[in-house]
Amino acid sequence: MKWAWRVARALITSQYALMLEYRAEIILWALSGVLPLIMLGVWSGSGAATAAGISAQQLSRYFLAAFVVRQFTVVWLINVFEEDALQGRLSPFLLQPISPLWRYLTAHLSEQASRIPIVAVLLVLLGIAAPGLIWLPSAGAIFFGFIAIMAAFLLRFLLQLVLTTFCFWSEKAAAIDRLLMIPYMFLSGIVAPIDTFPPAVKRLAMATPFPWMIDFPARLIAGEPVNIALGFAAITAWCLLLLPICHLLWRAGLRRYSAMGA
Amino acid sequence: MSIINAKELSKIYRISEKQPGLAGTLRHLLQRKHREITAVNQVSFSIEPGEIVGFLGPNGAGKTTTLKMLTGLIHPSSGELSVAGHKPWQRKARFLRQITLVMGNRQQLLWDLPALDSLKVNAAVYGIPEKEAQRRINELAEMLELGEELLRPLRKLSLGQRMKTELLAALLHQPAVLFLDEPTLGLDVNAQVRVREFLADYNKRTGATMLLTSHYMGDITTLCPRVLLIHQGELFHDGSLSELTQKLAPCSQVRMELSEIHSVEDFCGYGDIHSLKGHQVQLLIPRAELSERVAALLNRFEVVDLEVSAPPIEELIGGLFRTRDKL
Repeated sequence: MKWAWRVARALITSQYALMLEYRAEIILWALSGVLPLIMLGVWSGSGAATAAGISAQQLSRYFLAAFVVRQFTVVWLINVFEEDALQGRLSPFLLQPISPLWRYLTAHLSEQASRIPIVAVLLVLLGIAAPGLIWLPSAGAIFFGFIAIMAAFLLRFLLQLVLTTFCFWSEKAAAIDRLLMIPYMFLSGIVAPIDTFPPAVKRLAMATPFPWMIDFPARLIAGEPVNIALGFAAITAWCLLLLPICHLLWRAGLRRYSAMGA
Repeated sequence: MSIINAKELSKIYRISEKQPGLAGTLRHLLQRKHREITAVNQVSFSIEPGEIVGFLGPNGAGKTTTLKMLTGLIHPSSGELSVAGHKPWQRKARFLRQITLVMGNRQQLLWDLPALDSLKVNAAVYGIPEKEAQRRINELAEMLELGEELLRPLRKLSLGQRMKTELLAALLHQPAVLFLDEPTLGLDVNAQVRVREFLADYNKRTGATMLLTSHYMGDITTLCPRVLLIHQGELFHDGSLSELTQKLAPCSQVRMELSEIHSVEDFCGYGDIHSLKGHQVQLLIPRAELSERVAALLNRFEVVDLEVSAPPIEELIGGLFRTRDKL
């Protein structure tokens, strides 16, 4: 346990230092995640939300919370893993007595930590531009919202890890992830709250892992009535389903690995 | 007991082939043709603890593929393999703690951070206590003549400095077996010499086993009493370097400038005449009898100048690979 803590601390410290080297790039990434704010503008002007029984305040809080959730659940594992595998950078990591996946996981966590001040500045600027948009969520909403964001991130990480293992078979596995972006965008709640979906589409969406990645934590933070136990149970169930799949694919992939570029 | 044991080790890759042009592209899309390539074919050898062994072969001979199998990066297609008592491809933590792979063309350290940051991660990953890690870093840094370079981002270091920091990182956990894939690649002559001296010193101090590939014969002649020669995936020599040199070039060339002109008959019994032009004569003399024959020549003739030479090892081994290409 002491060893695991020391490794985690060393990895996070070095990855955080690395992320600070890429600060300009991270600012651009953070700015590129403003889709929920754009959707807020679209929905606010259309009047469709009112027709769906959602007030203007509910709508703005939802999309602002979705913006925050999206900022801290971004996963880019497949892109960096694919490049590392092709360029031969993966091989030295595979020769160390811990899975390289821990490096990638801590890199993501460090990148999230480096985003905190950027997101804070963006929220302050938004508050100055449109003071009515900003509100202070309750302590419970912040607490459960934070846990829900971390859980949503883990779910998204595992889902992408399944596709990432395809890098052992294909040199262009990241293309599969781009295909997955379509259901992710529509079914996660980034473009519209799940409650506004027609009942059949909503049922379909809820049967996928996507709403738990954005809609669930966003509604929690926005103070909407949410079944917290169901949300966390769904995320846990999806994670438990994905974990053995990741494990099996990873092991099978390693058997196929040709240490290209090394 | 051998620390590395490879028995009939093979690696076969399945690759798809594409002809050039549009027709070739369409055929490749609709009716892909695959072919099997044997990168390593039934290779057997064993290495004792503490040995430094050179692994030689032209590009594409199968050296790196063999190293990848020995380190557990890739699975062998067939054969038996044991390194430090483990099956490498199982990649058990206990095995990985005992080995290291240094690749001259690849780095494991984080490019944008000082090496010291990566070294701290390595120390944690290998479970080296902080004080002990610092002691080892200081010791290795001194041996490798590294100082403030460890505090500079890796990208700001020269190639030689980067290679030395890579060596430091690779040896921090004191591996028992070192796999070195062209560790002096691209280094200038001075840096090459320093890396060789460091490796020889490290071997003496720790008794670590080393398997080294290099295209620089200086690395091999300085470090490796024993060499493995591989060509087109097949191992065809396993023995000492001097034995190989003796086999490839059993004779030394003796060039003399004499004060008088002599006939061919005068040189009978001293060696084979390679050339005879005026005062200049070149003889080929078996290495085993070189000193006594040269002494006899000096007694018999009035010698103005004398030069004894052997073909460079690069030439001998290069010639050997070219000969095998033709077979």
